[in-house]
Parts: sequence; C-alpha cells; structure tokens
Amino acid sequence: MMIMWRYLRRGMSTSTRVRALRRSWWDHVTPAPKDPINAVTEAFLADPCPYKINLGVGAYRDDDGKPVVLQCVREAEGKIAATNFLESTCAAISSKLVEESAKLVYGEDSDVIKEGRFAGVQALSGTGACRLFAEFQRRFYPDSRIYMPDPTWSNHHNIWRDAQVPIRTFHYYHPDSKGLNFVALMDDVKNAPNGSFFLLHPCAHNPTGVDPSDEQWQEISSLFKVKNHFPFFDMAYQGFASGDLERDARAIRIFLDDGHLIGCAQSFAKNMALYGHRVGCLSLLCDDKIQAVAIKSQLQQIASTIYGSPPIHGMLAVSKILSDPDIKAIWLKEVKDMATRVQRMRATLKEALEKLGSPLNWQPITNQVGMFCFSGLTPDEVDRLAKEFHVYMTYDGRISMAGVTTKNVDYLASAIHEVTAFDQDGKILHTVCA
Amino acid sequence: MASSLLSLASASPSASLSSHGISKGKLNLGNASLCFNKEKTNPFIKTKSFGRISMVITSNVSRFEGITMAPPDPILGVSEAFKADNHELKLNLGVGAYRTEELQPYVLNVVKKADKLLLERGENREYLPIEGLAAFNKVTAELLFGADNPVIKQQRVATVQGLSGTGSLRLAAALIERYFPGAKVLISSPTWGNHKNIFNDARVPWSEYRYYDPKTVGLDFEGMIADIKAASEGSFILLHGCAHNPTGIDPTPEQWGIIADVIQEKNHIPFFDIAYQGFASGSLDTDAASVRMFVARGMEVIAAQSYSKNLGLYAERIGAINVVCSSPDAASRVKSQLKRIARPMYSNPPVHGARIVANVVGDPALFKEWNVEMEMMAGRIKNVRQKLFDGLSSKDKSGKDWSFVLKQIGMFSFTGLNKAQCDNMTNKWHVYMTKDGRISLAGLSLAKCEYLADAIIDSYHNVG
Repeated sequence: MMIMWRYLRRGMSTSTRVRALRRSWWDHVTPAPKDPINAVTEAFLADPCPYKINLGVGAYRDDDGKPVVLQCVREAEGKIAATNFLESTCAAISSKLVEESAKLVYGEDSDVIKEGRFAGVQALSGTGACRLFAEFQRRFYPDSRIYMPDPTWSNHHNIWRDAQVPIRTFHYYHPDSKGLNFVALMDDVKNAPNGSFFLLHPCAHNPTGVDPSDEQWQEISSLFKVKNHFPFFDMAYQGFASGDLERDARAIRIFLDDGHLIGCAQSFAKNMALYGHRVGCLSLLCDDKIQAVAIKSQLQQIASTIYGSPPIHGMLAVSKILSDPDIKAIWLKEVKDMATRVQRMRATLKEALEKLGSPLNWQPITNQVGMFCFSGLTPDEVDRLAKEFHVYMTYDGRISMAGVTTKNVDYLASAIHEVTAFDQDGKILHTVCA
Repeated sequence: MASSLLSLASASPSASLSSHGISKGKLNLGNASLCFNKEKTNPFIKTKSFGRISMVITSNVSRFEGITMAPPDPILGVSEAFKADNHELKLNLGVGAYRTEELQPYVLNVVKKADKLLLERGENREYLPIEGLAAFNKVTAELLFGADNPVIKQQRVATVQGLSGTGSLRLAAALIERYFPGAKVLISSPTWGNHKNIFNDARVPWSEYRYYDPKTVGLDFEGMIADIKAASEGSFILLHGCAHNPTGIDPTPEQWGIIADVIQEKNHIPFFDIAYQGFASGSLDTDAASVRMFVARGMEVIAAQSYSKNLGLYAERIGAINVVCSSPDAASRVKSQLKRIARPMYSNPPVHGARIVANVVGDPALFKEWNVEMEMMAGRIKNVRQKLFDGLSSKDKSGKDWSFVLKQIGMFSFTGLNKAQCDNMTNKWHVYMTKDGRISLAGLSLAKCEYLADAIIDSYHNVG
C-alpha cells in the first residue's frame, strides 16, 4: 500500500546518523472529487467573460448581482458591545439564540416553547445542524437509516454517509411534470419499515423548488403517524419560499399539530445573508424538560469533539436581530424583499422565454418556490450554457434564481432558448410539451 | 431497528391499530413507546427491560426516551463551583483563559484594531471556500513554519482553516481514520481531556505514552521514549508543540531531538498540537522551534493550530490544520481530502476570526504590536510563577524543591497535589482547580500569590 522512498537528506542530526527512511505517507491519497456546487463557482470565477452569470451556489444577490449585507445585520452589529466577555457569556447568548430560533420554527405561542419541551443547540449553520443530528441518530439508533428525497441537496448524502448512517431515497420529483410525485412519495413512506427516519424539506425544496401543498403535507403527516416515522426537517430557506416566515413553517406546524415530536435543522445563512458566519440551530422536540436537558447535553457533547463551541460573532448578530423587536421588524421586511425579488425574476424569466417563442413549457419556473428552479436542462445543455454562453449552473439543471437580475434575465432567456430549441447546428430539437 | 407494531397482547382490543382507523381527530393514538432490550449494549442508553410494550394513548412519547445525561465537563464544573462560592478570597485556577492582573478577561489591542478595521470595511459575509480564507491560510502556515521555510516555498504544506484547535484536530483525526484505518494515535499521559474524546468520536484508536513523572513533578523522558519505541511502526505520535497542557512540562531542545530520532526510526508520524504558540516563552518563533526542527529534518508532519489563547479569540473558533508533505502533489491531494471531510461537517468555516487573524498577522505593524502584547501576557505568567515560587520557597521550611514551578512553562502548572489535597485547596482555601492538580496561572494575580502559596503548602503537608 505505501511506497517506501529511500534517499539521503542533508542536514540530518549528526548525533544519530540515522539514514533517512523517506516515505511519503500520503501516496495512497487520491485527489478528492470537487464539490459539484463549488466547482460551478470556481469555473465561473475563472471565466474572464464580462457578462458571465453565476447560477450555481444558492447565495442571494441583489438586482445588481451583488451580495448583500442586510440592514438588520448592520444595526445589530452596531448595538453589540465590544467583545469583552467571559466564556460563560457565550453560553447565555447561545441559549438566547436557541430560544429565539425555536420560536421561529414552532411558533412563539406553541406549547413546546412555553413548556420548554425541546432540546436545542446552536449549530454551524444548516450543515452543522444536520451533521449533529446524523451523529446523534447514529449514536442512539445505530441500526437506523435515513430516507432522503430524490433529489436532495448533494451535501445531505455526504453528511449522513460520513456519520455512517445508511441512506435510502424516496420518490419526490417528477421529471415529466417538473412537480411533486406525490403518489410515489406516499408509497415509499408507506413501504418504509415503521419507525424510519425521514429527511424532509419544509419549504423551498433544494434543488427542485417543488414543495407539497398544505393538503399534501397533511396527508404525509397522517401517514407518518400511522407508520411512526421520525420526521427530520432541514429548514434552510424559511422566509424565502413565500416571503413570510410563519407561512414557510406551515409544514412543520402541521406535523406539530398532529403531535409528532420532530427534529429540525435551521440555517440563518440565507434568510439573514450571514452565510460565512455559520449560524444555525438544531432542535429536537421532547417529552418533557428533563429529557430536553439530557438530550441537549448529548448534543453538546457530540459538538464538543467536532468544533468545541460555535463561533460567537454570528451568534451575537442573530440573537440581537431576533430579540430586538425593531430590528426584527426590519429583518422581516428584508426577507420579504429578497423573496419578492426572486419571485419577480421567476416571472420575468418565464415571460422572456415565452416571448422568444420557446416551445417548451416554462410554467414550472413560476410554480417552483424559493431560491432554486429545476430547469429540466440536460447535462449537455448545461455544458453548452457554460461554454458558449458563460452561464453557470450545476449539472442537474438547477438554477439559483437569486443570481438572476433585471439586467441579465433577457440574456439568460436567450441562452436557455438557444440550447433547448436548437441543437448546435441550429436545428429545432424539441416539440411542444404539455 | 424498526419500531414495528409488535403484538399488543397486553393492550386492550379496542386499541389495536389499523391504518383505516387512524386519522386526525378520530382515534388519536400516539406513537407507541418502544424501547427494546438491545442485545448489544449501547453505552449511551440506559437499558430498560420492558415486560410488555405499553401503548401511550393520548400523548406522544419521544423515541429518545432512554437517553441519559452526558457526563458534565470537568473543567466547566470547576468554574461553576467557583461562581457559586461567596468567599471573598476565592480564586479560580480552573479554566485556561487568560486574565489580567485584575483577573479580568483581556481583549488584545490588536484584535480591537482589527475588529474596527473589519467593521469599517463592512465586508460581506459570503461563504468562505471549504478550506477557509486564503489570506488566513497563508499567514497561519507562515507563522508556524516561518515565512522563509522551504516547505512553504515548495508548496508542500496542505493548510485548511479549522474551528480552533478542536476542529483542526478533528479534521486530522478523520483523515487518519480514513487513510490509516487501524493506525493508533499515541497521546501523552496526561493530556488535554478532549484529545481522547476527539479520537474516540472519530473512531481512531489511541493509547498513551508515559509523560508526567509525579516523583519529580517533571518529564518521564525515559518512559516517553520507551513507549514511543514500543508502539507499532507507523503510529501517530501526538505532541504538544509547547506549553504542555495540563502539566506545563516541555521537553528540552535536546530531548526534542531524541524524540525526533525515535519517531524517524520507527517510521511514526509526528502530530503536533500547537495551542499556545507565543504563550510559552513569549516569542512566537521560539515556541515553534520543536515543530520547525522536525520539519527541517524532512519529516512529514501534521500540525494543528489554535488562536484561542494567543490572540484571545476563544469564541471565534479560529485555527488551522497543516499537513507537511514530501511533495506539492501530495499536499494538494491531502488538502482536497481534508476539504472533503470538512464539507459534510460544516461546509465552510466561519469568516470573522479568520479575517481578524489575517489582518493581525498579515499586517507588519499589527504583527509587531501583537508580538509585544504576547510578550506582555507571557511575561505576566512568568512573573506570577516567580512570585509563587518565591512564596513557596520562603514559607515552606521542609526543604521541598518547588523549582518545578519555574521550570514548567505556559499557562498551566501541575502542582503534584493529589485529589485529596486538591479538595483541601477548594474546601478550606476556596482555591478552585482541576482534580488532577493542575492550576491555571493565567487566573493568578501577583496579589494572590502569597495566599496561594499558603494554600499549597498547607494542602501538601497536612493532607493525606
């Protein structure tokens, strides 16, 4: 397995005269495959074309295509005292953050909040929250698996795999309708062994943008009750689906009303534009406060060997935003503005494609919800978009609508039209689809 | 493990489930409470044996029913006990966070300046790349290995920003587990408590090498060398680069040389944990000498760094993992795999601490200022060591050699007190410390040295 290298090295310790037995320990380490989402950004950055468009990573851009710093964040940071604090203060701030985060998920007036029947810990954004849960799941249900929607965010697979929890998928996206494959989904839920763990996106599904309706969520919840499944929600886009945080938590509230004791990963990366600060939360509903304390202690212990404690900077900002009514009001408006801009871009892109005479059905663009649109573009078409038109997206055809602006939407529409309506020789490829 | 609906012999017939009968508002049966007798005992779950399966009718029972409280962190426990104590002379020598002479937390001036700069710039908070902030990675490797080090010039170092020392160690542990399955990490006895936890959770086997000699309150060098020699070839040897935690006992340069010899002989790989660069001697370069010596020999080295103490950035969680490889190609491959490990842990590291470090270390003026502040902090600790030693020597007439207080280095000292004596320190003298006899000098002021000397002398001589 390891290749041994032998050669003399100058500068060896003369006291030992040890012949350097040089080997590289790392010869058997192969280059890792690039992360598909980051690879898009890398390719984009390397492209010198001035009108290139990045529709890869799900990071919000304003109408000038620039990343934003929310006003609520600036205000919160302005109010935060200098970092002269004791280590114990971190714990207090963390608790406050967890409390406020849980209110967003479960509702301020919900019983679980009032009775403190949840175990919550701050996590390293959504990824960290999911990983904490995956490790927790493995520790306490070592023989369990996780069921994930097909498709799902690519990193979900990495997370549960690295936590050594086997993965199964359930039907979710219907490529023909570009909508939800509800019948097959329900079938899969029914056929899974009782008491299975399921990963669900409560709103703004990534990568498809396809969400169940309220009625469908209700049916899913009821079936979950029969099957005694454990629902784990990854909520990365609360506020980005409809523009309203309460509305976007609807799926979770439905499950809550049905008495499920759910788990939830939350991220503030997108809805507070705090991507790089890594602020999120993991909460698990419990029977009672005592159990909540026990579970919290276990989660903290798992976290203590991955990163110790969470970083404070983002924590301070989020905690301030959520607990200061004036700043929170600003935030709610800014979330609505971001979601609205994305919705407008959806409508604009669809119109532009229709105006170009594209024979394809682009209704899904406005049917789908949140940051992403599953365009139905094939890998070849995605390739062409990158090479010929300098438009970058992941190979599954996922478009981050947040990267679309009034300035680039027409160009984008033409580019998409070009690769879908004609092949490279200019022949018409597609016929009209319903 | 399916929580299948088993036979409900003990439940009444009317409670039998069928999917037709279940809908919201009708027979609202909650989840069955199902705890199984597991054949394999799970150390985390209190096993209960249930004679029958009970059906909970109205409320929902969590499936995490049997989960017990995790054991409390011993170090935090000390701080909590200290807080609860109302005695006016109480002294907290538990946790290793730097305090000023007034025993207040200290935010370095360079950090305040860097923070202000960042606030003014108002930079966005976009995701960092998985490997972290490039500017940070550059300066952190240069800080540790020296900017002119050939390994840096030859691009043979894989550097990935990590979440302080803990996060960086975990990345390395995961790399070891993946590419050297079954290989052991040897850790010093004693070592920082979390080392074992990290390797356990990363599923990397470990064993200990002798380190602390209670007889001399110094280094058991022979034991250390013997144990490193005895380990099977290709083990990972975890070494504290400077200011050993918890003992404060560091090998001399000559001893480091011999340690390097043995590691090379046995084809082990050295794995440095450098959490106190600058805090040992006051000089950032001097404190990196051990690591640099190994690297100068052409060895492939793993090194975890933390800026929690030396820049006071405890809460920002900023550190790095470095893997010095024999070729740039190997470094590139290793870096890619470290990224692959990091992505499903947290995707990308937090930006704020990285920017602060990059600004402080990367700016010549701020870097100079930092060196001065570092000397001041380390200097304060050296002063309290001296004062404590003076107090102990003058007050203790037994002739016991207290010089280990001066020989030990860094934030911590192993006093040699046993558990009963430590209890006496706390119960009688209201001095809070960990039960292994470790005191944190960072929590000691010159004003309290005499009091502490009295407490130590009393505990050592009068308690069993």
